[in-house]
Order: sequence, then C-alpha cells, then structure tokens
Amino acid sequence: MDNISVTKVKPHSFFKSKKFKSAVGKGSWYLVLTISAIVVVLPFIWMASTSLKGPGEVFAYPPKWLPQEWRFQNYVDAFQAAPFARYFYNSTIVALCVTVGQLVSCSLAAFAFARMEFKGKGFLFSLFLSTTMISTQVTLVPSYLIIQKLHWIDTYQGLIVPFIANAFGIFMLRQAFMTIPLELEEASKLDGCSRLRFLWQICIPLIKPTLAAQALFAFMGNWNAYLWPLIITNREEMRTLQIGLRYFVSQEGGTQWGVYMAAAMIVILPVVAIYFTVQKSFVEGIATTGLKG
Amino acid sequence: MSKTESLAKNTLSPSLQRKQRQRKESLAAYAFLAPSILIFAVFTFFPAIFSMVAGFFRWNLPYDPVFTGLSNFEFLFVDDIGAAEFGKSVLNTLYFMLGIPINICVSLWIAVMLNRRLPGVGIFRTAFFLPTLTSMAAISVVWMWLYHPADYGLFNTLLIRFGLPIQSWLRDPVLAMPCLIVLGVWRGMGYNIVIFLAGLQSIPHDLYEASEIDGANWWGQFRLITLPLLSPTTFYILIIGVINSLKAFAEIDIMTQGGPLGATTTLAYYLYQYAFQYFQIGLASAVAIVLFVFILVLTLIQFKVVEKRVHYG
Repeated sequence: MDNISVTKVKPHSFFKSKKFKSAVGKGSWYLVLTISAIVVVLPFIWMASTSLKGPGEVFAYPPKWLPQEWRFQNYVDAFQAAPFARYFYNSTIVALCVTVGQLVSCSLAAFAFARMEFKGKGFLFSLFLSTTMISTQVTLVPSYLIIQKLHWIDTYQGLIVPFIANAFGIFMLRQAFMTIPLELEEASKLDGCSRLRFLWQICIPLIKPTLAAQALFAFMGNWNAYLWPLIITNREEMRTLQIGLRYFVSQEGGTQWGVYMAAAMIVILPVVAIYFTVQKSFVEGIATTGLKG
Repeated sequence: MSKTESLAKNTLSPSLQRKQRQRKESLAAYAFLAPSILIFAVFTFFPAIFSMVAGFFRWNLPYDPVFTGLSNFEFLFVDDIGAAEFGKSVLNTLYFMLGIPINICVSLWIAVMLNRRLPGVGIFRTAFFLPTLTSMAAISVVWMWLYHPADYGLFNTLLIRFGLPIQSWLRDPVLAMPCLIVLGVWRGMGYNIVIFLAGLQSIPHDLYEASEIDGANWWGQFRLITLPLLSPTTFYILIIGVINSLKAFAEIDIMTQGGPLGATTTLAYYLYQYAFQYFQIGLASAVAIVLFVFILVLTLIQFKVVEKRVHYG
C-alpha cells in the first residue's frame, strides 16, 4: 500500500501514471478493508439474524442469512424465560454507582496528587500505581471472604464498593489537573476560595473531557464485568446481565438458539448505543491514555 | 525575655507558621485521598498479603485453616496428580498466549491500512472496534453458536461448502484452545488497532518523504521506519496482551468450563475451580502466589529482552 504518492516519476503511459497507480491503490485498499471489516462484523450479523428466527429456521441446513419470517417473539420469550428486566436494572444501578463513585474518589485523590504537597506523596503515588500490577486473581479469594464477612454477598454494595478506587482513573485525572495553570489557583486563594470549592467550581469544569472519558471507561468496564458479579451473587434477583445470560444459556441446555441470540442482543445493545453516541471521545480517550474499558 | 530569645522567636515564627500550614495541607491531602486509600487497603493490599499467607495453609472450607508449610506447593509442583494437572494448566495458559503475536500482526496490518486520509475510514474503524466494545459473556454465547458442532453451525457450514468434514470445535480437545484463540484475536483486535493508530500518527511524515526520495519501497519503509518507531507501542500492547490473557475467564467459563478433558483450563480458571468449586482456599492462594510470580517474571523478561530492541524515539 503506497502511503505517499509518487512525485518524481514522469508518466510514460496511462498505466504507469500517478493517477492510475493511486486509483488502483485506493481500489485495492477499499477492497481489502471491506472484506476484513465484513469478516469482523459477520458474527454480529449472524447473531442479529438468528435472534429473529423461529426454532425451525434456526436448525435449518443450509442456514440463511435473513430469516424468512421475522420472529420478534424471541425477545419477548427471553424477557419471560428469565428476569432480564431485573438483570438490566441491576447492571444499570451497579455501573452507574461505580461510575459516579469512581469519578468522585478519583478526582479527590488526583487533585491531592496534582495540586497539593504532603508527606509521603511520591511513595503513596507509586503504591497506588502498583495496584495495577496486582492481578484480579491474586486478590479474588480474600476479597470474596471479606465481602462474606461484611455480609455483602448478594448486595449492591458488594458489587459496587470494591471498584470505587481506580488507579488508572487517578493517574488520568492527575495528568489533567496538572495542566491547570498555577495562577488560577493563586487567584482563587486570594479571593478566599477554599480548596474543595476550587476543585469543584474551577478544576472540574476545566477537565470535563477527561472526566467524560473516565466515566465512559468506568461504565463500560463495569457493565461488562463478569468474574466478580459471578462469585458475589447467588440469588437470581441480584444477578447482572452478564451473569444472568450465563445462567440462562447453561440452564436451558443449549437448544433455543434464537432466544439466546435475542438475549445476547439485549446485553450488547446498550453499550453499542452509548458507543455510537459518544464514539469520538471514547476512541480518543483510549488512544491518549491506553485505558481499556 | 532576653534579647536573643526574642530574636530567635521572631525568626522562628515564620518557619513555624509555614510548618503549620504544611501540616494543614498534608491533613487536607490525606482527607482527599482517604476514600481511595481505604478501598485499596481493604480490597487490594490486604487481600494480596492475605493470599501470600494463605498459600501456606491447608484451608478447605468450611474447616479452619491449618498451617502446612510448603505442602500446597508440593501438590502443585511435585505430586504426581497435582503437578500433572497444574502443569497442564500452565501449558494451556502459554498456549492461549499464542493469540498475542497473532493479534499484534493482524492489528498492525489493519492499523497501517487505516492510517490514511480517505473517505470511509471512520466506518472501518468503527467496524473493527465493535467486538472490543461488547461484553465477553454475550460474545461467548454468540461464538458458541458459531462453533456449534452440528452441520448448521456457521463454521461447519463453511467447512461443508469447501467439502471438508465437519468438526465439533469447542467439544474437541485439540480444537477447543485454537477456537478460544481465534475468538480472542477477533475481540482484542479493535483495541490494539486504536493504540497502533495513535502510534502510527506520531511518526513524522517527512521520514517517509525522505526515504521516498532515496528510493525506498513500501516494504522498506515499513521495515526500517514504521516498525522501529512503533516499537514502544508494540511493547505496550504486548504487556497488556499478556496481562489480559492471564485474566481471561468469561469465555472459558461460558464456552468450555475448562474442558474438554482440561484442554482449556488456564491458570485463572484453575484457580477459580479450586477456590469456588472445591473450596480449597489454601491451594487456590498458592496458585495465586504462583500467578503473581509468573506475571512478575514475565514482565521482567519482557523488559529485559524487548527493551534492547525497542526504539524510543
């Protein structure tokens, strides 16, 4: 794939000309990318198509890409066979609370690291960052036992509280706070503005884009969380969407693929919808911070 | 009060004042940090230390823990049955990591292609990013359907079209792991592409122009400019890839439950089984310690080996 158009070559014939070469380049570029993109999106199309097929069509060979009869009943069946509405509600509550909690705790901590002087700052900062190196599996069992001791199994607290602190978030917001000019802080001090008010009224509005990106990562990451909700919830009414889907598919014995795909669509759609509305800041957020949602 | 004393007091008081102000600021800072410190202490540091200790106990719930020294590690590394099982899960984990280099090659290739200003690039980028966005649980259910062992499973349909015998995919001990690897590459690609694109855009364009004048072809440019200047990005993706494959859980739990015949039991799944299915907390903690060391060693090796070849521009 030519990245730069050739400038020095004199066109002898049309087939050697710059125009022809770039047209061929562009054409093959589009062709290869289109094929790869279709391959990547295919599972989604297959999911959507199966979610609208009746039992007869699901098991038909050869399979058809489009259902002959569009069966929206699968979605109704999914909602009736398992409390997906309840799962949906749980996932939303948990993801929202984690997001808000993380924004508050991370902004406070990030502000302290970025704009304040205190004993043990460097040590504490590297200690915080070191939490990213401790993988989930290492802390999993003891964390579970702590939640059990607190009687937080099958509660929203159990699903929310452990995720309120986040080292990546603190790091990201600290970078943002450091860009705020020192003069602003001095001026606000002279005006008798307290530190908390300076943070809330001046700094927070200035770092809104970073906060938005962080909120998005927190929400999506938690919405998609699997292992922790799996071990922390036993009762059906406390399950999140991901765990509900897992039990739904494993309990039914693996035959109702039309309904399963409808359930998978229900799990996937909200995040995809959010993504399409805030797409730009999300991708930019990843590109600049390397954070994974 | 003597003259010297009052002098001393006069000179001391501003510094005292400053000290007081510093103390006040420290106090405020710790108040700001309190929520994070508390949660990290309770749900990260304490559990990490707890795991390190619990690994040396025999602790099968609901019984009380008994100190047994290195016996858990003996089971994992020396015991005939235990070591075979554990060794297999280590090998499975390494096998699963084969997805990382594949993923890096594929995403780099696509990122290079996407790094052009042509209409429609945004649509392609969205398409490639879609899998990364969606939840692993839902995606696993979808891919179970794709890997369905009957003839109407999508992959089997494809095989039939090419005149090949149908496969049982996830239920085949030989094919199960490759199936998971393919799924992992498909899902992880979008994230890597975004990171690679950011890296590609930071390479100065005049380097390509200069090499163009020197008569470099596309491959030469890729090998001598793009690859070396992109190496910090690749290095970063490699580390994230290793950490993520050590964490991989949802797809295994939903699609294979570690089977068939333990073919997809990775370290993470092995630990989960011992902790939450057999309730052997001590042994699970010993696995956690091994996992911790494993990550540490891998990271060190990566730094040592790769840093020599990584070009920081």
